[in-house]
Amino acid sequence: MIPLSHTLILGAVLFCIGVLGVFIRRNAIVIFMCIELMLNAVNLTFIAISRSLNSLDGQVIVFFVMTVAAAEAAIGLAIILALFRNRETVNVDEVNLMRW
Amino acid sequence: MEQLLFYLFALGAVISGVLVILKKNPVINALFLIVVMLCLAGIYLLLGAQFMAAIQLIVYAGAIMVLFLFVIMLLNLDQEISGIVKGGPQKLIGIILAALLLAILLSVVGINQLPGKGAHPIDELANTESLARVLFTHFLLPFEITSVILLIAIIGAIVLGKKKL
Repeated sequence: MIPLSHTLILGAVLFCIGVLGVFIRRNAIVIFMCIELMLNAVNLTFIAISRSLNSLDGQVIVFFVMTVAAAEAAIGLAIILALFRNRETVNVDEVNLMRW
Repeated sequence: MEQLLFYLFALGAVISGVLVILKKNPVINALFLIVVMLCLAGIYLLLGAQFMAAIQLIVYAGAIMVLFLFVIMLLNLDQEISGIVKGGPQKLIGIILAALLLAILLSVVGINQLPGKGAHPIDELANTESLARVLFTHFLLPFEITSVILLIAIIGAIVLGKKKL
């Protein structure tokens, strides 16, 4: 039996690795991949707690999170493609038209 | 044996996660993210969520990450522009903030037994069958709404991908 705290620690570490990736990477696609990493860490936390509470709620929530992540990935990548078509770059530092 | 497998998968997930944010080539980042998802699917199997492990492999690693790889190869990016940020304080502030978040999260994960119990207990049926029993009765409305979400995503992706909007 895997102790709950170990799984929660793994989820927290993966989430913070994703947060660090969003802060320090400049490629829009890699930032998006770090957001997916954060979503995966949250899924792990839900399933671990669902196992600990002996309840199916966590797994149903993970089902819906995966569906929404798929929809978000499709639209987010379409936005990045449209951005690349207009600006010839996916570096988020160069998309600064609305900055003061 | 279970604990050994869990630590193996956890180590693989953390190392691959760190390599996702450190490598320069976006294709390598996507492949390491797939490795993270494979390790997480293994951990879901160890935690008794077999259906979720299969769905993670099919949907996440098999569809979403393939979509990512399509887009990366479609854009055909140059490798130097996709590195870590070169600015002065930005990297340091990012590392400090992420470490702070990790400290905050680690201060509450020392729990081994959560109080209370969930609403739908896991019975002795197979994981897929018991999930289906809950999903199609109690969670029917969110299930139908996710179908609408997927329809909106399809329409949105097609509209955003047109040459002239």
